[in-house]
Amino acid sequence: MSARRFSLCVNGVERFVDVPPMARLLDVLRHELGLTGTKEGCGEGECGSCSVLMNGELVNSCLVPIAQAGGASILTIEGVGEQARLHPVQKAFLECGGAQCGICTPGMILATVHLLGKHPRPTQEEIHEGLNGNLCRCTGYMRIFEAVEKAACAMESGAME
Amino acid sequence: MQKERIVGKPVFRKEGIAKVCGAARYIDDFSLPGMIFGATVRNAIPRGRVLNIEFGPGIPWDEFTVVTAKDIPGKNYIALINQDWPCLADGFVNHPQEAILLLAHPDRQLLPLAVAAVRIEYEELPSVHSIEESELQQTIVWGDDNIIKSYVMEKGDVDAAFALPEIVIVKGEYSTGAQEHLYIENNGAIAAYSERDGVTLWGSLQCPFYAHKSLLGVTGLPEDKVRVIQVETGGAFGGKEDYPSMIAAHAVLLAMKSGHPVKIIYDRMEDMAATTKRHPSRARHRTAVTKDGKLLAADIEFCLDGGAYSTLSSTVLSRGTIHSGGPYYWPNIRVRSKAFATNTPPHGAFRGFGAPQSLFATERHMDRVAKAVGLTPEEFRRRNLLRTGETTCTGQVIRQQIDLEGWMESALDHAGYYEKRARFDRENTDSLRKKGIGLAVFLHGAGFTGSGERYLNSLVGVDATAEGRVRVLVSSTEFGQGTNTILCQVAAETLGIDYEVVEMAPADTSVVPNSGPTVASRTTMVVGGLVHSAALGLKQTLIASGLLSEPYTSDAFQNAAKSYIAKHGALCSMSRYQAPPNVYWDDQKYSGEAYAAYSWAAYVAEVTVDLTAYFVTVDDFVALQEVGRVLNPVLARGQIEGGVAQGIGYALYEKVVWDRGLMMNNQMTNYIMPTSQDLPPIRVFFEEIPFEYGAYGAKGIGELPMDGPAPAILNAIAHATGEDFNAIPLLPEDIAERLAARTSIAKEMAAV
Repeated sequence: MSARRFSLCVNGVERFVDVPPMARLLDVLRHELGLTGTKEGCGEGECGSCSVLMNGELVNSCLVPIAQAGGASILTIEGVGEQARLHPVQKAFLECGGAQCGICTPGMILATVHLLGKHPRPTQEEIHEGLNGNLCRCTGYMRIFEAVEKAACAMESGAME
Repeated sequence: MQKERIVGKPVFRKEGIAKVCGAARYIDDFSLPGMIFGATVRNAIPRGRVLNIEFGPGIPWDEFTVVTAKDIPGKNYIALINQDWPCLADGFVNHPQEAILLLAHPDRQLLPLAVAAVRIEYEELPSVHSIEESELQQTIVWGDDNIIKSYVMEKGDVDAAFALPEIVIVKGEYSTGAQEHLYIENNGAIAAYSERDGVTLWGSLQCPFYAHKSLLGVTGLPEDKVRVIQVETGGAFGGKEDYPSMIAAHAVLLAMKSGHPVKIIYDRMEDMAATTKRHPSRARHRTAVTKDGKLLAADIEFCLDGGAYSTLSSTVLSRGTIHSGGPYYWPNIRVRSKAFATNTPPHGAFRGFGAPQSLFATERHMDRVAKAVGLTPEEFRRRNLLRTGETTCTGQVIRQQIDLEGWMESALDHAGYYEKRARFDRENTDSLRKKGIGLAVFLHGAGFTGSGERYLNSLVGVDATAEGRVRVLVSSTEFGQGTNTILCQVAAETLGIDYEVVEMAPADTSVVPNSGPTVASRTTMVVGGLVHSAALGLKQTLIASGLLSEPYTSDAFQNAAKSYIAKHGALCSMSRYQAPPNVYWDDQKYSGEAYAAYSWAAYVAEVTVDLTAYFVTVDDFVALQEVGRVLNPVLARGQIEGGVAQGIGYALYEKVVWDRGLMMNNQMTNYIMPTSQDLPPIRVFFEEIPFEYGAYGAKGIGELPMDGPAPAILNAIAHATGEDFNAIPLLPEDIAERLAARTSIAKEMAAV
C-alpha cells in the first residue's frame, strides 16, 4: 500500500507522517516518531501495553490504523510527565511499587490517567474495571490499585491548592 | 537489628523513574545503523525427517540472508546441562515449532510472507505426547528409554512402615498442566558481528553468561570475542533463562552471514507456541498414617513431561523431588521421580522450578489424609509439621528456629478461618453458591540445589568510579523482581553511604564478573551476601589507605574514593562464594543439605463455587511467610502478590491446549491470565527471622508465592463442594462435568 501524508497532534505537538493508511498507530508512534515508550505486548488488543489516549479516549494503538487517527490528538507516556517533573500518577506508581518489570507501566499509567479523568475519586470497583484492559504479569495489581488511590488523593489535594 | 538506614526500607526502585516515564529501553526500542530483521522458519510436524525445503514463488529470495544448520561455524547445540538441544534442526525434527532455518531482510513486513512461502516436505515418524505415552516406551523418542532423568530419594524404611499393623493407607493421584510465562514483553535479541570485535549480543534475558556459553559453542569464537549485554527486560519468570540463548544464537548466525546487525523480535503467537513452559506433572502418593493422624511413611512417584530435549529438566525434577515431602516430618519417605521426553517443545524454567508441581500434589493429598483419619486439615497438619531439630526428607536438620504451627495459626487467624469454615458448612446446604476455605503450608529452598552453589562459584565485585560513585558488578539481572534496588541497598548499607550514590554496572559480560544466573531465588540471599562482603572489602581498603576514617559521611566516602582512584588508578573489591560451614550434600544418595535455607509459608484461600455457571471466584487470600529479613517491604510485597496472582492463574485460568505438541491457544485472547477484575484482595504478612548467611539476614522470596495458591484454592473448592478435584488447571467445565456426574448418580440411587 502506498504511503499517504497524515497529520496528528502528539503530546501537544503537530506531527506529519508519510505512511500507508493501514499502518498501526503503534508503529507510527514507535518507528516514525521515535516514541518508544508505547509498548507492544500482544498485537491484538488484549494486553493494553500499547494504550494511548486518542482524543481523550483510551485506545489500544495496535488496533488503530493511522487512517483513523488522522487529525487526532494523541497522548503517549512521553507526554504525561518528565523524569524531573513526574505526573502525580507516575509518582504514585514509583512510590507504591506499581511498576515492576515496567513493560505494562506506560499503558497502565495512561489507563490510570484516563480513569482519574472520568472518576477523580474512584471506588475499588471503578479501579478494577478501569484497568481491566491492561494486563500486568508481575504485580498481581495490588500495588497498582494502591498507586491509583494515592494518585487520586494527590491530584485532588493538588487541585484544591 | 533495626539500626540499618537503607536495608529494610521501601527505597524506590533504582530504574523506577525511567520505567514510569516510558524512558526505560527494552530490546525492541533499540536500533543499530544498517540493522536488518530476522525471522525463524519452524517445523510443522511432531517428529520426523526433513526431506526437502523449497523456497516458494513471489518472494525476492536473492535479497534474503538464509541460514541453515550447515552455516553454523561451531557446534549445533544450545549449551545447557546436556548438549542435545539443536540450535537449528539438521534433517530431523523432534517437536512442532522447532527452528529449521533462519531468514533476514531489511523489510520487517516482508519477513512473515517469506516465512510462509518456505515449503518443507517431511517424512513423519511416530511421536509421543504425554507422560503416559512416553513411559509405555513403545515409541522411543529420546535416548534408549525416553527417560531424561530419574532420582530415588529415600529416608528410613518405607516398606517396613507400610507393613505395620493398625495403620491407615491413603492413595491419590494428582496432575498439573503446562503454564505459559506470559511475560508482557516478548522475547527478542539484536546481534552485531565484525571480525575485529567478534560478536555482540543485546537481549531480553535473565542469564547473560548462559547466552555467552551457548554463543561460544555455536560460533566457535574465543571468549573475548563474544559479548552479551542484557537490556531492560519486560518480565521473565524463568522464561528468559533458557530460550534466549537460542534466540541469541539465531540472531548471531544471521549477523555473521549477512554482515549486518540483525534484530529478532518474536510476536506473541510465536513466543507462546515456540518457547518453553512450565513442566506438566503427575504425582502418585501412597501415605501410611496412624489412626490418630501421625505420618509414618510416604511412597511418592513424581513425573514430569520434559518435552523433546533435556534442557533444564533434570534440575527441575530435582527441586520437585526434594519438595515432594512438603513441610512435614517424615520418619520414612521414598520419592521415585522421572522426567520423560515427549514431542512437545522443551519445557523449561518457570518460577518455582518443579516445586509448585510437587507441592500441589502434597498439599492436596494432606487434606485427603486428614479426612481419612477424621481430622480437620489444620489439626492434621499441626500434628505433623516440621519442628526445629527435626530432619527433612533429605535428612537435613532444621537448625533455624521455626514455628510452622504458630505461623499456620496466625494465617488462619488473619483469614478468619474457623468462623468462616463453620459458617460456610452451615450455609452451603441451601445455596447454589457454595463457599469454601482452604489451607496450604509449604516451604521453598533458596539458592541452587545441593552442590549447585559450589559449582557456580559465583564472583561479585564492587568498585568506585573516578567521580566517587559506587558500582555493583554482577551478572545478576533486573527483570522486575528488584535486583538493582536490593543489591544497591545492600552495598549502600554496607559502605555506610547514600543509596543514591550506588548504581548497577551494566549487565554486560565484558564488564561484570559471573555472579551466576538470576534464578532459584538466589539473588538477594546469595549474590546479596557476596555484594555485602565485596563492599566490606572496598571499605576496608579505603580505611587501610588512610584516606577514610570512621565515622564518615557519604560525601567523605566519595571524596576518599576519588582520592584513592587519583592515586592508585582503580578501587575495586571482589568476593567469591563460600559455602556456609557444615554443609554436605550427597548427589548419589540425594541426602544432606539440599538448600542453605528454606523459606516457609502458610496460605489461606476463600472461594465461591457458583453452581449455576460452575465458575470459581477467589474472594480472599491470606499469604503469610517467613523469608528471613525483608530488605525492601514494597518490593517484597510486590513479589508475593505477583506470585499469588500467577498461582491463582495456574489453578483456575491458565490452560495450554495441545494438539500433538503444538499449542493451539497461543494468543492472549484464548490463553487467559488474571486481570484486575479477577483477583481477591491479596493480604500479605511477613514473619522475619534473620538468616545468618544471607545478605542482612535475607532468604529467598521470588519463587515461594508460586507454590501455595493452587493447593490452597483446590482445598477450598473441596471444602465448598465436597468433591476432590486433583488436577489443575481446574476450569468451569471440569467442575460442571464432575458435579453433573454426581447429580446423575444421586438420581439413579434415588430411583433404585
